[in-house]
Amino acid sequence: MAANVETIEQVQATEKYKYGFVTDIESETAPKGLSEDIVRFISQKKNEPEWLLEWRLKAYRHWLTMPEPQWAHVVFPPLDYQDSYYYSAPKSKSDGPKSLEEVDPELLRTYEKLGIPLKEQEMLAGVAVDAVFDSVSVATTFKGKLEEQGIIFCPISEAVQNHPELVRKYLGSVVPAADNKHACLNSAVFTDGSFVYIPKGVRCPMELSTYFRINAANTGQFERTLLIADAGSYVSYLEGCTAPMRDENQLHAAVVELIALDDAEIKYSTVQNWYPGDENGVGGIYNFVTKRGACRGHNSKISWTQVETGSAITWKYPSCILQGDNSVGEFYSVAITNNMQQADTGTKMIHLGKNTRSRIISKGISAGRSQQTYRGLVKISPKAQGARNHTQCDSLLIGDTCGAHTVPYIECRNRGAVVEHEATTSKISEDQLFYCRQRGISQEDAVALVVNGFCREVLQQLPMEFAVEAQKLVGISLEGSVG
Amino acid sequence: MLKIENLHATVGGKGILKGLDLKIGPGEIHAIMGPNGSGKSTLSYVLSGREGYEVTEGTVTYQGRDLLAMEPEERAGAGIFLAFQYPVEIPGVPNTTFLREAVNAVRKYKGEPGLDPMAFMKVLRAKIKELQVPDDLIKRAVNAGFSGGEKKRNEILQMALLDPTLAILDETDSGLDIDALKTVADGVNAMRSPDRSVLVITHYQRLLDYIVPDHVHVLAHGRIVRSGGKELARELEKTGYAAFTGEAA
Amino acid sequence: MSEAVAASDILETYGAGAAPPASPALPWLESLRAGARARAAAAGLPTPRQETWKYTNLRPLEKLAFGTPSPGQIGAERLPSLLPQGQSARRLVFVNGRFNAGLSACADLPEGVRAGSLAEALDGGGGFDLAGHLGRIAGGEDQAMMDLNTALMSDGFFLHVEAGVQLDQPIEAIYLGAGQAFHPRGLIIMEENSRAIVVEHHDGLGGGAYFANHGCEISIGAQAQLRHYKVQAEADDAIHLANVRVKVEAGGIYDSFVLARGARLSRNEVSVRLEAPGAECHLNGIYMLRGDQHCDNTTTVEHLAPETSSREVFKGVLDDRSRGVFQGKIVVHKDAQKSDGHQLSKVLLLSDRAEMDAKPELEIYADDVKCSHGATAGDLDPDALFYLRARGIPEASARHMLIEAFLADTINNLAAEGLCPALMASVGHWLSDAATGEAP
Repeated sequence: MAANVETIEQVQATEKYKYGFVTDIESETAPKGLSEDIVRFISQKKNEPEWLLEWRLKAYRHWLTMPEPQWAHVVFPPLDYQDSYYYSAPKSKSDGPKSLEEVDPELLRTYEKLGIPLKEQEMLAGVAVDAVFDSVSVATTFKGKLEEQGIIFCPISEAVQNHPELVRKYLGSVVPAADNKHACLNSAVFTDGSFVYIPKGVRCPMELSTYFRINAANTGQFERTLLIADAGSYVSYLEGCTAPMRDENQLHAAVVELIALDDAEIKYSTVQNWYPGDENGVGGIYNFVTKRGACRGHNSKISWTQVETGSAITWKYPSCILQGDNSVGEFYSVAITNNMQQADTGTKMIHLGKNTRSRIISKGISAGRSQQTYRGLVKISPKAQGARNHTQCDSLLIGDTCGAHTVPYIECRNRGAVVEHEATTSKISEDQLFYCRQRGISQEDAVALVVNGFCREVLQQLPMEFAVEAQKLVGISLEGSVG
Repeated sequence: MLKIENLHATVGGKGILKGLDLKIGPGEIHAIMGPNGSGKSTLSYVLSGREGYEVTEGTVTYQGRDLLAMEPEERAGAGIFLAFQYPVEIPGVPNTTFLREAVNAVRKYKGEPGLDPMAFMKVLRAKIKELQVPDDLIKRAVNAGFSGGEKKRNEILQMALLDPTLAILDETDSGLDIDALKTVADGVNAMRSPDRSVLVITHYQRLLDYIVPDHVHVLAHGRIVRSGGKELARELEKTGYAAFTGEAA
Repeated sequence: MSEAVAASDILETYGAGAAPPASPALPWLESLRAGARARAAAAGLPTPRQETWKYTNLRPLEKLAFGTPSPGQIGAERLPSLLPQGQSARRLVFVNGRFNAGLSACADLPEGVRAGSLAEALDGGGGFDLAGHLGRIAGGEDQAMMDLNTALMSDGFFLHVEAGVQLDQPIEAIYLGAGQAFHPRGLIIMEENSRAIVVEHHDGLGGGAYFANHGCEISIGAQAQLRHYKVQAEADDAIHLANVRVKVEAGGIYDSFVLARGARLSRNEVSVRLEAPGAECHLNGIYMLRGDQHCDNTTTVEHLAPETSSREVFKGVLDDRSRGVFQGKIVVHKDAQKSDGHQLSKVLLLSDRAEMDAKPELEIYADDVKCSHGATAGDLDPDALFYLRARGIPEASARHMLIEAFLADTINNLAAEGLCPALMASVGHWLSDAATGEAP
């Protein structure tokens, strides 16, 4: 029996948001606000080379001129960029911990509360964790094992020091600094994130994973992730987010860049449950993320899977640029919005190479007073002979005070391409709910069960350990949605 | 066990049940027969608590409790099982998952601990063997793409797993060929016990050849118009419903 | 005129030949025009920076060199019609937007039907409350071009069908253009439980490039039905824009079909408000393009009341460097429970240089709904093509057969069956033109 079949049964809708706590760690924090000096401060803290500082400054100057993106179906008061901190790091005695023993025990306890038994990770799941606490990476496990194969998996700040040629070559090559206002801000002030390089022909022996947390008050998080899969390599990367409960809105503007060379495959999975704010829409994270992968090589493949249940506002379009002939892009998404949450999410599949293929499966669930939009672009360029796309977007509405919107853009400029898009919107089935209840299953569990079924095609794409969490989250996220 | 008195119910404002009385004792098998539109399915939905079926008058007492005040899942927990005439398809939810959710939910009502996946699989395997349910039926999504016969078997499998005190079979024979009908009937008969009651709702006498009732009632125009022993079913088969509906009118 | 037309010049540029006479006797009309004039002047022409004009650029309009406005001669026998020869008994002909009584014929209208020129209706009053309808049917995305139409409108097709009156024979409205800009305004009022079939033809007179900017308002009363079919076969260098605004009352049906094959640039925007329970609309269309043609179908359906339904199917065949655009939006408002809306866009790309842009959109604020949309683009099914060729059918004929089949089901589903053969013939003409026209 498939493992997912088992895990779906673990749906328990009784847990409240359990990650709402703030760890008290002294931070070394840059002054509030944003300026060239802050950019220089960050760069200096990271001991960065001149070219990177220049790159940041260029981004910062451009950012000043850029308008906020307006097209998403989300509403929020204008952001006050000067009212945030852009750098905070847990205090460290020397240059940073070299092993888990050196890590602040307070920090380790935080991870334990989050259900990440860092010390046990090695034995348990074969997962190397590059844990980002606030903005500085403090622990990386499994390094030795990965190094044997020539795999580089480290904080990006470390990669800047140790592998500058790789960073310089690929940083900003998929998401240019000036791509959009949020990505541009990230380019100017990113503090840390993960760097992964899989050498030619190497199949990464374990799932790589990173947990992000926002912790210090008013600290924007600007992770930067750069992942390069060299020719013939394979990697599966997991990203999970939880955030402590708080009342102020927090901006999270991450950038993720993936590069797949010839015959390489990248599987990137995300479970996002940042704090969504309370029932009245007070607090919660603004999650404005730019994620994009380039299938540069022939026969390369990038697959995005996301389960988005958190954040007050989600603005996120993990995309694929299918440059190499026969390359493949996939996007599997479950987005759940409840209470006052707003999400505008989807993908872009840009077909440039011949016989490129893409598949989009999006499952949106709206409940409470939330608004959710699927926004997607499928673009077939004139040279993408034989390109194929199939898109399936299904929306489920729970209650009559929410909204579900579907806005696909289909641009086809090649006769030899086949593009298919289907979308449906309907309400959760009363018949299914009653059937479950007649079998003794409570209303809330029935909703979780039916919705998990609705999302199954996507959840199946997740690595096992994420599937468990994701299926639980489906239930937790919809708590109280059915009266 | 179950006592229905002067039950009136409406669906969408239209009166369907108009003063129905029925008493079912422990271990008894009752059959309710009636023509289309007589209120048979309405009765099963009222007893299981479906939304939209409004009780305007009368009472239903089940094991001394006011059944009508209970939520659908509470009724299931208290041992009422409805085998649906048209079992609902739930795409994406594996049958095994669904069955374990249900079994553990009902166990919880009974104050029994939940079964872990291993223990549950053991129970499930034994049941499907006993009921000759094909293996793939439990692997597929709940009723999704099932044939009519497979759906009914799945209902019987659920009944066997949930071990109800009162099983209501709503037109379980509809859409079944004779072999499937026998399998279903065998499943029900195997569960006969002194403390389990069964209410068989059917249009045809055919099923009652295999599940032999202690009492047969004729439902017409929302009321029981005649009650008798199993021989009443045969009589109906010969004479048809016309005589009874005429009586009731 | 390589520079963009300045917003304030828009009235001057496109109104010179078409400026309406002042109507001092109708202050409501004056004020309607004045408001629209101010808005149109302020807004200027839409640009691709606006979301609803993302895929259609009006630059060709800015650069348009008008031909000669003096119309060529046309005999009544050469007027386009979807009806069998000699049966086109009810037709209203408009040349450059003005009613032409000589070419028109409208005999034996039943009691309770007014059909004719809007200008005459405005002049004569005719016992109908025009002030209560003209400019009153709101909605739609494309306000700028509608405002321009309102500012400059002077004439157009007017139809009023009184309650309970059912017209079985189609009325044809024939628009002929040559060498100038014109802004015809249609108004169709279907009172309760009435029925009518209106067929519009849009064609050129051979006088060179022109710009037709149509506006049309349609009101469909309770239980009334309007079948509204349109054949857009404008001259090759013409630009055709149309805004159709419709509101449908309880149980009413708006049934629309557009066949587009003319004009170098065309856009047909239909916007329907389903205002009361049971209101229904069908928006269907086919478009066949070649050369540099650009055709945009933009639809908006607003489900404002419970149990309203909408169905849309648009199919396109794109050859050469042509470009097709489909934007379809279904909005289900909060109170419109139990509504259903379905929409489909399918396109055949026959050339490597053709382009299709589709944006089917759902915006749903009610939970008990059933909505869907689908969009496909691709070449002819190679298996089907091979099958036909394996049976000995030459490739060119096989392709034609498959294209015809692709378009035929949309046409054959039309409620007014009598018009289908003529529409299919129009498809056939387009295909046979391909054989002699520009090679792909």
